[in-house]
Amino acid sequence: MFCWAWFLRVSPLHLQLPRWVTSFDEVYYGQYVSFYMKRLFFLDGSGPPLGHMLLALGGYLGGFDGNFLWNRIGAEYSSNVPVWSLRLLPALAGALSVPMAYQIVWELRFSHCAAMGAALLVLIENALITQARLMLLESVLIFFNLLAMLSYLKLCNSQKHRPFSLSWWFWLTLTGVACSCAVGIKYMGVFTYLLVLGVAAVHAWHLIGDRTLSNVCVLCHLLARAVALLVIPVIMYLLFFYVHLVLLCRSGPHDQIMSSAFQASLEGGLARITQGQPLEVAYGSQVTLRNVFGKPVPCWLHSHQNTYPMIYENGRGSSHQQQVTCYPFKDVNNWWIVKDPGRHQLVVNSPPRPVRHGDIVQLVHGMTTRLLNTHDVAAPLSPHSQEVSCYIDYNISMPAQNLWRLDIVNRESSTEVWKTILSEVRFVHVNTSAILKLSGAHLPDWGFRQLEVVGEKLSPGYHESMVWNVEEHRYGRSQEQKERELELHSPTQMDLSRNLSFMARFSELQWRMLTVRSDDSEHKYSSTPLDWVTLDTNIAYWLHPTTSAQIHLLGNIVIWASASLATVVYVLLLCWYLLRRRRSICDLPEDSWLRWVLAGALCAGGWAVNYLPFFLMEKTLFLYHYLPALTFQILLLPVVLQHISDHLCRSQLQRSLFSALVVAWYSCACHVFNTLRPLTYGDKSLSPGELRALRWKESWDILIRKHQ
Amino acid sequence: MLCATSRFLAATALRAQPRGRGPAPRCRRRELHFPGHPELPLCDFLTGQLGRPSVPAGRRAILRRGRMPPAVGGGLAGSELRVRRGRCGSQAARAVGPDVAVEAAARSHKRPAPGSRHFEAAGRWALLALVTLLSFATRFHRLDEPPHICWDETHFGKMGSYYINRTFFFDVHPPLGKFCASLGSLLVPFAYLTVLELSKSLPAALLTAALLTFDTGCLTLSQYILLDPILMFFIMAAMLSMVKYNSCADRPFSAPWWFWLSLTGINLAGALGVKFVGLFIIVQVGWNTISDLWHLFGDLSLSLVTVGKHLTARILCLIVLPLALYTATYAVHFMVLNKSGPGDGFFSSAFQARLSGNNLHNASIPEHLAYGSVITVKNLRMAIGYLHSHRHLYPEGVGARQQQVTTYLHKDYNNLWIIKKHNTNSDPLDPSFPVEFVRHGDIIRLEHKETSRNLHSHYHEAPLTRKHYQVTGYGINGTGDSNDFWRIEVVNRKFGNRIKVLRSRIRFIHLVTGCVLGSSGKVLPKWGWEQLEVTCTPYLKETLNSIWNVEDHINPKLPNISLDVLQPSFPEILLESHMVMIRGNNGLKPKDNEFTSKPWHWPINYQGLRFSGINDTDFRVYLLGNPVVWWLNLLSIALYLLSGSIIAVAMQRGARLPPEVEGLSQVLLRGGGQLLLGWMLHYFPFFLMGRILYFHHYFPAMLFSSMLTGVLWDTLLRLCAWSLASSSLARGIHAVGIVSLLLGAAYSFYLFHPLAYGMVGPLAQDPRSPMAGLRWLESWDF
Repeated sequence: MFCWAWFLRVSPLHLQLPRWVTSFDEVYYGQYVSFYMKRLFFLDGSGPPLGHMLLALGGYLGGFDGNFLWNRIGAEYSSNVPVWSLRLLPALAGALSVPMAYQIVWELRFSHCAAMGAALLVLIENALITQARLMLLESVLIFFNLLAMLSYLKLCNSQKHRPFSLSWWFWLTLTGVACSCAVGIKYMGVFTYLLVLGVAAVHAWHLIGDRTLSNVCVLCHLLARAVALLVIPVIMYLLFFYVHLVLLCRSGPHDQIMSSAFQASLEGGLARITQGQPLEVAYGSQVTLRNVFGKPVPCWLHSHQNTYPMIYENGRGSSHQQQVTCYPFKDVNNWWIVKDPGRHQLVVNSPPRPVRHGDIVQLVHGMTTRLLNTHDVAAPLSPHSQEVSCYIDYNISMPAQNLWRLDIVNRESSTEVWKTILSEVRFVHVNTSAILKLSGAHLPDWGFRQLEVVGEKLSPGYHESMVWNVEEHRYGRSQEQKERELELHSPTQMDLSRNLSFMARFSELQWRMLTVRSDDSEHKYSSTPLDWVTLDTNIAYWLHPTTSAQIHLLGNIVIWASASLATVVYVLLLCWYLLRRRRSICDLPEDSWLRWVLAGALCAGGWAVNYLPFFLMEKTLFLYHYLPALTFQILLLPVVLQHISDHLCRSQLQRSLFSALVVAWYSCACHVFNTLRPLTYGDKSLSPGELRALRWKESWDILIRKHQ
Repeated sequence: MLCATSRFLAATALRAQPRGRGPAPRCRRRELHFPGHPELPLCDFLTGQLGRPSVPAGRRAILRRGRMPPAVGGGLAGSELRVRRGRCGSQAARAVGPDVAVEAAARSHKRPAPGSRHFEAAGRWALLALVTLLSFATRFHRLDEPPHICWDETHFGKMGSYYINRTFFFDVHPPLGKFCASLGSLLVPFAYLTVLELSKSLPAALLTAALLTFDTGCLTLSQYILLDPILMFFIMAAMLSMVKYNSCADRPFSAPWWFWLSLTGINLAGALGVKFVGLFIIVQVGWNTISDLWHLFGDLSLSLVTVGKHLTARILCLIVLPLALYTATYAVHFMVLNKSGPGDGFFSSAFQARLSGNNLHNASIPEHLAYGSVITVKNLRMAIGYLHSHRHLYPEGVGARQQQVTTYLHKDYNNLWIIKKHNTNSDPLDPSFPVEFVRHGDIIRLEHKETSRNLHSHYHEAPLTRKHYQVTGYGINGTGDSNDFWRIEVVNRKFGNRIKVLRSRIRFIHLVTGCVLGSSGKVLPKWGWEQLEVTCTPYLKETLNSIWNVEDHINPKLPNISLDVLQPSFPEILLESHMVMIRGNNGLKPKDNEFTSKPWHWPINYQGLRFSGINDTDFRVYLLGNPVVWWLNLLSIALYLLSGSIIAVAMQRGARLPPEVEGLSQVLLRGGGQLLLGWMLHYFPFFLMGRILYFHHYFPAMLFSSMLTGVLWDTLLRLCAWSLASSSLARGIHAVGIVSLLLGAAYSFYLFHPLAYGMVGPLAQDPRSPMAGLRWLESWDF
């Protein structure tokens, strides 16, 4: 059976054909594979790293060096890209789901016939084939979903005879591992994981109610399940990230989003600059201050010669003092010197006198030697906050208010020393108790479109936009302004290195992955969940540069329709049986009732948990998001058919008639599969007329060349 | 200003006191007399209740109690049953069939002297009255301060005056403030009665009432003209009537049963009508009803006809009745608000046509679009506005340097466009030409009336949405190029049909590039006068952004028809206003760098909400829960989950529980379970909401968790007392436990009451402030 599946999925035209980049998602995953090959750090909010790593493994085995520009759909792969091995793993996973469908239905205690039916249906589902033949992750996700379900069913079945046997332990562990892999590939795997957990919880509850078992025995059962289904997945999930972070050890394109400490832990990039910096900030230190929040863009506290305009466009006035902004690029104007208010010199004593939590400091702008100041003047764009400026003495009655109290947010003791990179600090203004904050607004042209910095007086608690950390740091040596300017321009160098623990890096990376926001919410082939059930949408993955051979993500419409119908029939029948049983009328014998319920809980439940949550999601959705749900729905189809034939067909004649119908229906599905085949494999160039004939639905977007 | 007029207490009495230290002595006075009042009945009740774990489902428990030695105060049990019966049918006689007789016998066997029964009943009513009184006293105390608008009052007060302006013109505000406060005060007795009904235990009810009375958050919230007291009133009323009708379940179709059932329905309509958060209590009642019906359905002694009757009754009272009421409120709302106002722009053209004062009201315009018509084109998406152009060019570097095309929310001459044929530039208004109607699928040209430039698009990227094409005004006096041609299509109609004003939903498809005219809804920078971006999107998805309708229509050659024909029907209005509300709700998104309250902050009382006043010289009110109460609630939820799961596992394992424990655990699982469900339903959905959230959203959930706390501690103390066995010690433990909880709540209220009644003086960071020691969390800023 597996061979057969393999044949159908893979061999009609080998995997490396089409030798072009197909589909926008191949571009997307491809670039990450390249990053893995080059071991550059990246951040991808779309899912945990396991899926990317598996694809990269394929590339690694095929000897891919990562040198390919993934920027255009339809670009031809260069010879160094091992297309076959990159696409091998998804294809393998897709092929394996066919025998697994068989196994699942069989383990649900339905007949060989039904099991065979399930496998055959998965086999001829065009959408699953298309998705499995390209470098995409859905088929791998489906594979692990099915594996989790299958191993849980095996576990249930061995539970009755031989609990705690070797195979019992094997299947139990495999359930946990498969669940964690599913979650590790896409966050969507969580839904299946929760379903398995739910079913396991119900079964555990029955175990608790089983009076024939001793208390110790029940406890052992519960503990074993808790370890396998809760602890193992967590460990596995951490493991994925561990491998991910070990692999990606060089600084890459997304460094800026991460905190300074994280960046410093990567090779190259910031680490090259900060390596060997002194750890403790002392009076006289020269520092750059980075805002911790990093939104809308990561930036550093900045000032320059230009002053605030006297009168803003809306007629409000300003202090006309020197601008203080937040600037998203490295610049010599980002350097500030930490000064002791009681002394005049701007160099570090020997030994250096470290700055501690609660100390009062002044911040001197390195290039202009003006002091950071705030006062009761409305900020340019956030009139509720105070303006922050570098103080210029105009000799009007506006005194300098340039004392700031240092507040280390992540301190462990009250006398903690201010540390480079590690300490997150707030600057609290001594006179007005305003806090230095990044407002996030872009200044108009007079401020060179840099970001506005304000003094927030009414702070409702902690917010990251008020927290800053020292990124680059060195001890100032030069007393004279000219020398100092030279010193500021020179690169930092010193003598100490430090590392973040794995857990700190993991939690930061995970948090950033969950909160990173992709702004572009529109795509030509995006669709809504309602379109999926009726297959009102498709995705054109690829079009041959010259001929009209093309690949589409298109389902086998007969299977989609009948699977949806089967779900409806199942739900109706279930309600009917439930009501009848409540009135003590049992239509089904107990064991077939339990079988029926379990099959429904797993298959219909699997469909529901993988489909319904999409209605609540606000991200861009595509047809392939429906495939995991569809797979479960297909598994339900033979279950319902067998149930109808066993319990609803009363005579032998009806039964044979029904079988004949099923056979006819299946050959119909085969026919549809065959008709859509050119669009699934993209191996045959069809004429415009034929393509037009394939456009069964108005909403299908099949590409027809105008001039051929 | 609204508060100012809602004076309740004599202002002179207030002014007589020094402002800063004003509240303290007065409150102390009240605190002093609080424990004094209930002392006698309280202790009696405590001891009486303790010996008598008669529980709702405890038919067995009651029976057994009947056989217990009289020393433990069975007398009270009898009286309680009587009172309960008086209030709501005979739920004492829950048992069906022969058990009634047995139980009645058991009761009559132990019936105490009538005098003490009267005394008990009176005591019970007195207690309820006391609870209510205390609640009213706390809520109405200093109701008239601060005399200015606080926070959301701006919003809801204004809404109130919109309603009122239509009818009255004199000052009707004071009743509004008092109305809110009295609704807020009623929450406490409601909670008291609900818990009493669920747990059949007076101490539990008292504890709940005390927690809510002494919670500064509830107090603050009910003192202001906000929607929340009203919402919470309906939620609690629905909960109470649901519980009441549940306990009438043994006498279905009796008068009280019908009464409570329909009252539940009415309150549900009220809750939903105030805020959409009312949906959660509907889910709770629905869940309760379904499980109830499921239970009845499984009862084989009931015929299917009876079950059908039950079902119909519930459909009538819980679905039809609330729906009718809800729709009726909308009917009233639309009837009252029939004038044009500031909210017009949010609604569709057809909707606006029914508002008097709007220029579409009673207007008559030509019905079908013809060539030469002067029109305005409105985007169907809410708050996008009219297609607009003006004599300003796109700046250097933003696409081609041609005239800007935007959308604009206000009516303006620059919104006018002329529909022309794509290939001729002759004046179609020339009387010598016959009228030619525009049809679905026609190729047209839209000429801007003021500047005579054509609506134009080309392969340049749009200013903000890079994947779309730029839309400009192009050409001189109507002469442009082929990029000015658009195909006009009506959504879901056949080719060749005429295009109706207002009613037809149309799309403009650019002929050359095949893209669709739409508005991205993004605000252009200064150069675009902060109007909204118009683009031509190559994605042919049907979103409202790319669908338009014709609103104004001027064509002297066509006969005008009255717009009344086009007026939408009531269901359409209802649907539209709901869509607008839902979209408006979802549109309240927090921005970056903005402080928002997170749902996980709420139960731990992480951060309050500043109602009024900021500086140390201001009169400050800070909405913050009484931390003692809130943290006790939090602890109780954890304890409940723990004890509940222990009991459930023990029962599932088939452990034999002594009858007292079983009765108590039934209270815990059933009554407590309902309350926990209520808490979860009113809390967890907020995690899924993308809109801006505020601390006060937690208060409905907080009511439920306070009730849970009452039930839990009473039950736990009883269990504790029972396990210690020795009767005198047992009584002591329970009484001491409850009294100390009550006193703790009261004392913490004494500490924190300035939060609600207002503080003047230095901020709490300042050690000189009277509140200095009370800033237990750094995130509280009062």
